[in-house]
Amino acid sequence: MFLYPHKRLLQPTLWLLIGLSACLAPAGRAQEKPYFVTYSHDLEEPGNLEVETKTALARPEGSNRYGATAMELEYGLRAWWTTELYLDGQATANDSTLYTGFRWENRFRPLMREHVVNPVLYIEYENTSGADKTILEVVGHDGQSDLASPNGEARREHQHEAELKLILSSNLKDWNVSENFIAEKDLGHAPWEFGYAVGVAHPLRSAASGRNCTFCREKFMAGVEAYGGLGDVAALTMRDTSHYVAPLLGWQLPKGMRLSLSPGFGLTSSSLDRVYRVGLAFEFNQIGGWFHSENGGAQ
Amino acid sequence: MSRRILAVLSLALGVTLTVFAATSSRWTQIPAKEHLRTNPLGGQPEAAAAGAQVYREHCLQCHKADARGDGRKRPSLRSERLQSASDGDIEWFLRQGDLGRGMPSWSSLPEMQRWQVVAYLRSIQ
Repeated sequence: MFLYPHKRLLQPTLWLLIGLSACLAPAGRAQEKPYFVTYSHDLEEPGNLEVETKTALARPEGSNRYGATAMELEYGLRAWWTTELYLDGQATANDSTLYTGFRWENRFRPLMREHVVNPVLYIEYENTSGADKTILEVVGHDGQSDLASPNGEARREHQHEAELKLILSSNLKDWNVSENFIAEKDLGHAPWEFGYAVGVAHPLRSAASGRNCTFCREKFMAGVEAYGGLGDVAALTMRDTSHYVAPLLGWQLPKGMRLSLSPGFGLTSSSLDRVYRVGLAFEFNQIGGWFHSENGGAQ
Repeated sequence: MSRRILAVLSLALGVTLTVFAATSSRWTQIPAKEHLRTNPLGGQPEAAAAGAQVYREHCLQCHKADARGDGRKRPSLRSERLQSASDGDIEWFLRQGDLGRGMPSWSSLPEMQRWQVVAYLRSIQ
């Protein structure tokens, strides 16, 4: 269901997803930035469901190539509250393909007005195995050695974690600037670990052309994000931590689809050399209305 | 210990959200300087046409193709409120949203696209 690195397996799944979305999705579109790790203060529009796959492709030093996908179901409960479920999986060459767990996260905007800097509170519960390789955040002393263990060994480690983020985000002159401060705690024993993510993004054209087009510049957004670990409560440090910088490109496709691409580059010896990311999102407008008639009663 | 911290944080979050969710109508909060702003694209028919395109992509799902809303939670945009509002009022409202009442903030839209939507909304009154 999640990731099949071999082309012959990936293609039927991808085309099924695209086909379903083309049939079901009305002409809506997401407003999100092409970030993979960083969060801005954009929340899902209330009643909308976004289905997105975020895939990371990499090869840890001395280990096999892998592809890991997080399938994200994001629903706008309120204009100030978005909830998301992630289902993670990965496949490692010369090893195996497996489901690695789930995450449930909620994002809240505590301030109802738009400010120069807009805070968002993020709370996540994560139930994954040690074989999870999606790299949706980097905290503590996370490094490429964590991604190099054979799946049979890594999957025996269970992680029940709570994660808190303070998201600060600004929209200034069509630029989005976002900063995330991350604190993660294994609910069993490990200490709090910390990390960060920052991102900047800008549309290639500010004004709409007024045409139905796919390749217009206003359909593209470019940016860059950087993220990494900051140690833990025992040692708040950047020593032996991983850090990445990643250019971003987002392309708003017809029928509420969005494609995001990002090559990421490791900056320290603990980091992966490169992480290639691909995101494909489908937005389903007002799915709450599918179950209610126009006069408010259930169908 | 960590569970206690999480419980306290959850409680604090709940109280914060309850307090901030109860806000008065956005239209009464528009600053005077925002009210006085004029649409830099005003009087340009192509701006209204482009605004119609932006409307279809972002606003139609709630306010419907005829901009009359659903008669319940999604208000009509062909209203006396809109007719009497200045360009600056409408652009400010789009940028701010009304999160407590379900209207998202569209600050993530480029400013020119917000003004194009204002031009479109003016053209349909």
